[in-house]
Amino acid sequence: MNQWNNFLKGFIKENPVFVFVLGMCPTLGTTGSAINGLGMGLATTFVLVLSNVFISLLAKYIPDKVRIPSYIVIIASFVTIVDLLMKAYTNTPGPNGEPSLYDNLGLFIPLIVVNCIVLGRAEAFASKNSVTSSLVDGLGIGLGFAFALTLLGAIREILGSMSVFGWKIAEGFAQLFNPATEYKQGDGMIAFVLAPGAFLALGYLIAFMNIIKKRYAK
Amino acid sequence: MELILLIIGTVFVNNIVLSQFLGICPFIGVSGRVNTSVGMSAAVAFVMVLATIVTYIIQLLLDKLGIAFMQTVTYILVIAALVQMVEIILKKVSPALYSALGIFLPLITTNCAILGVAILVYQKEFTLLPAVVYAFSNALGFGLALITFSGIREQLELANIPNGVKGVPIAFIVAGILAMAFMGFANIV
Repeated sequence: MNQWNNFLKGFIKENPVFVFVLGMCPTLGTTGSAINGLGMGLATTFVLVLSNVFISLLAKYIPDKVRIPSYIVIIASFVTIVDLLMKAYTNTPGPNGEPSLYDNLGLFIPLIVVNCIVLGRAEAFASKNSVTSSLVDGLGIGLGFAFALTLLGAIREILGSMSVFGWKIAEGFAQLFNPATEYKQGDGMIAFVLAPGAFLALGYLIAFMNIIKKRYAK
Repeated sequence: MELILLIIGTVFVNNIVLSQFLGICPFIGVSGRVNTSVGMSAAVAFVMVLATIVTYIIQLLLDKLGIAFMQTVTYILVIAALVQMVEIILKKVSPALYSALGIFLPLITTNCAILGVAILVYQKEFTLLPAVVYAFSNALGFGLALITFSGIREQLELANIPNGVKGVPIAFIVAGILAMAFMGFANIV
């Protein structure tokens, strides 16, 4: 199989979020800002790549009847590794006492273990394909997931708090033209950072993707 | 009194689906019919309470042995084994209940609400009784959201929906409006 296509399929054609609607809990729960979405996406990519590689290596030796529990144990080990790594390196609070990335993602890091994408790729791809293909597949699908989460996070952050990756848009532009300005921007549409905005933004984003896909198909 | 506040807070204010985003997969996936969503909610309630009790005891053991970092691995294995066991026991003891809940049980292993509540109970440092109450009210909240949502979706099938948002997108938009309604409960506890 062409490895480049194998890698690229995760972004649009087989995007786990927009096309298969898998892994919805972290998609909705961690996209309050673009940086949180990116962090969650990369953490999932790490687990996905390593579990894909190990499962494709071990697939021959795992008896068919206990394969799902075995996959879950392999995935859970990598999730524990990610959890401990993130606790060690991404746990410093921001300069103004903002919660750290680890605190923001919180519960959703251990919950990578029940993310349907990871188990789904293990069962549908890694157990049947070579190590290299599984590695590329994990990387592609994982980064596609990260792309979707970052996009959704950026949209919600722009609408909800009028900033991108923590950069306040209105204040930033005001400072660009007049460095001495003391302008402070107000709040955005808070609902988009809270729960309802997550559902609404994702709903419209999937609808938008569907429409684009139909145009392309014609 | 505290327990009552805990129940109201968990069912309405911090609804597990609509404000904590746990268990979205069954929420979107099996909400086509009211009947199936009632079955799913019952199965989730059953497993959630049971899993919370079992993982609570397991956590005591993990703490005693000083291997709390094994939490994720142990919890998921215990929950998976528990679901299998419940399935086998139900099949033997109560075939009627099994035929009602049976098809939902395998789906529950990868339902993040179960593992999520087990971990939340640990993070919030509940003792056993509040933990059970918390798990049960989360299950109630899940049922409330799921059954309401499936009722709306049944009506939605008859509605005239634009082509672009048919299917999954309209489900999310409806869920968003439902979540907005639940935001009205904020700050009552």
